[in-house]
Amino acid sequence: MSSLSTRHKAELIAVGLIALFFIVIFPLLNAHGLVSDFTINLWGKYLCYALLAISVDLLWGYTGLLSLGQALFFSLGGYMMGMYLMRMIGDLGQYHKPIPDFLVFLGWTELPKFWKPFDSFPFAFSLILLLPGLLALVFGFLAFRSRIKGVYFSILTQALTYGASLMFFRNDMLMGGNNGFTDFKFILGHDLRQPATQRGLFIVTAVVLLLVYASLRLLSHTKFGLVQRAIRDGENRVLFSGYATAHFKLFIFVVAALIASIGGALYVPQVGIINPSEMTPDKSLEAVVWCAVGGRGTLVGPILGAIGVNSLKSWASRAAPDYWLVILGGLFVVVVLLLPGGIVSIPARLKAFAQRFRRPPEVAAVAAAPAPTPVVSESKPSV
Amino acid sequence: MISKITQFVSVGAVALGAMVGSVKAADDTVKVGVLHSLSGTMAISETSLRDVLLFTFDEINAKGGVLGKKIEPVVVDGASNWPLFAEKAKQLLEQDKVAVTFGCWTSVSRKSVLPVYEKNNGLLFYPVQYEGQEESQNVCYTAEAVNQQATPAIDYLLKQGFTKFYLIGTDYVYPQTTNLVLLEYLLSKGVPIENIGGGFKKDDSGKIISAGKYTPFGHTDYQQIVAEIKQFSAGGKTAVVSTLNGDTNVPFFKEYAASGLTAETVPVVSFSIAEDEFRGLPAKQLVGQLGCWTYFQSIKSEENKTFVKAFKKWIKTTTVPGIVKEGRVVDSPMVLSYDGVYLWKAAVEKAGSFDVDKVRAAWKSGLSFDGPGGKVTTQPNMHLTKNVFIGESKADGQFKILEEFKDVYGEPWLLGKFKK
Repeated sequence: MSSLSTRHKAELIAVGLIALFFIVIFPLLNAHGLVSDFTINLWGKYLCYALLAISVDLLWGYTGLLSLGQALFFSLGGYMMGMYLMRMIGDLGQYHKPIPDFLVFLGWTELPKFWKPFDSFPFAFSLILLLPGLLALVFGFLAFRSRIKGVYFSILTQALTYGASLMFFRNDMLMGGNNGFTDFKFILGHDLRQPATQRGLFIVTAVVLLLVYASLRLLSHTKFGLVQRAIRDGENRVLFSGYATAHFKLFIFVVAALIASIGGALYVPQVGIINPSEMTPDKSLEAVVWCAVGGRGTLVGPILGAIGVNSLKSWASRAAPDYWLVILGGLFVVVVLLLPGGIVSIPARLKAFAQRFRRPPEVAAVAAAPAPTPVVSESKPSV
Repeated sequence: MISKITQFVSVGAVALGAMVGSVKAADDTVKVGVLHSLSGTMAISETSLRDVLLFTFDEINAKGGVLGKKIEPVVVDGASNWPLFAEKAKQLLEQDKVAVTFGCWTSVSRKSVLPVYEKNNGLLFYPVQYEGQEESQNVCYTAEAVNQQATPAIDYLLKQGFTKFYLIGTDYVYPQTTNLVLLEYLLSKGVPIENIGGGFKKDDSGKIISAGKYTPFGHTDYQQIVAEIKQFSAGGKTAVVSTLNGDTNVPFFKEYAASGLTAETVPVVSFSIAEDEFRGLPAKQLVGQLGCWTYFQSIKSEENKTFVKAFKKWIKTTTVPGIVKEGRVVDSPMVLSYDGVYLWKAAVEKAGSFDVDKVRAAWKSGLSFDGPGGKVTTQPNMHLTKNVFIGESKADGQFKILEEFKDVYGEPWLLGKFKK
């Protein structure tokens, strides 16, 4: 027991230090010009991707549900935020009309009815949670009630996001079609072009990521978390033990959708564009790859994977524009073949490797020690 | 326990490692950004632009560079990923501090990077035909405006005695806007509305907000649409005006040929198929169809012959990785990229500086360059005056030039301009 608490303490300190770095020190460095605006903006984007990766891992790594549709929830959050941001442009667009540019080009002179409430941030914010939440609830309810799982669940989620992307590609949808939303100017009265605004968004993203991490960490240590992992490892057993696994899965599915959606909502003002290609199935697959590279079934893994793969992508598409896909592809192959546990498993593997060579006598001594016997003898009388 | 801590430390390490790193330019070079998709769906079109840009830089560097400085290209891959385009634009402007960027193909990529260029007061040269309705002070549009491609094509068709026009396109901004302009243009030329095919969409007040038939990206089933075209073409000399994009052209033209329509009976004038696209299309099926651009490889001028020869030679000898060496051609977007580099050079030399504001002022003063497609002249509205050509495609994937319009002024604001 005592060893567990020191372990927790160490983890707490590590998380605290990293959080302190990202939430306080990094933005401070940026404010004093030691970290460029470009870098902090880029990292804001990585952290949003980390939220998406966590949402994938919560389903895949913790519950055994491989969802290939998480990019849909991510994009929906992004679109809801985007609608608010589009309204905040006012008449500063290319056409200098009080409605979004793409509506002007589609021939609209007045704002369509469903766009009107998006002038209000609280409304947009509530939809960022409600729309993906409800969609996940309905879809999840239907899928889990019908006991759809495994590959069939993956295919269905993929079809869902593909269908949605086709819908959003249509100009008739009045959501910007192929071009989506871009050219944002203000958020809550702050100019998005100002470094201070971008810094603020970065801090918010880092705080949200920390909160998500902490809550999922707590959740995984509750009975709920245990049931969740039990479902992953043997759903029928859990079912026969009297648990309504469908309810558990539905809850997790909705929570994952919300995490992805919040990530998407934070992503859009930092990246400056949202369009339907963000919800195509390959974007969801990318997020699955981040999880796999980082290490699924852990909370650090997806964060590491999202940051690692994306910073590699940012670097390689500049340093080796002709080879970067080969580099990334090679990395994925290596991870799948040689490192099924992902990046997070490297330290443990190294340790095991080192132990095998360095200290065989000690291991032998431990094995030979009569340590367990007292425990057995102690417990014997009580039987 | 140790592994947990090391996990966290490694997060930090990855973080720090990725934060470090920016390259400093040497004093005798000037950094120039190249922002095209070298992978993904647009790579087939955009890599050619990267190639021609690198060729142009080499050509200029061999003659001493710009203001005595050699051009140092910074090539990045937008990967047909629009948010990545914005990221790469930021990287070019804020980290590499490039003097100018040549890039983008799709409207959405341009829209994605536009706020970045405006925020940093950068300069982007955009070389591909587009829908207009835009005039950013941070973009030099060497591209064809709608009146340098679509309306001249209509003029040509009207002169040839065509009376009915069927509009078809891929569902995105460029075709939608182009067709709305064409509708107004056709009506202003006295073509009755029932002679314009493809259908209309009206808003509640009855105003037409969309003209023509639209299919999504990657659409493959054109059976019904081609049948509709066939029906529409009965009883009047008909032409199809196509803004279909990329690979959807393959099933469209297959279905078109299968239905018995031919270039003699119902010609198709396409605005998105140039010589380079023919490399991926069944050229034989498209013989006799029309194209309209501000440049064709078959132009018989000395400038063009020299350009084509020099480019082909460069392709053969270049050691830049990833460049396709076989069966290379040049086309309008490539030549407009080439012209763009020379116009930027002229503007820099006139301004005596790489400063964006000064270069822009020089551009607005009206500079000319005798390019492969003839003389191009910069305009105060950031667009170009250039020649427009109508061509008929041949079996070898080249165009036979049928008509030339001299010195057409690039006009981006066309919606509502043509009145009955």
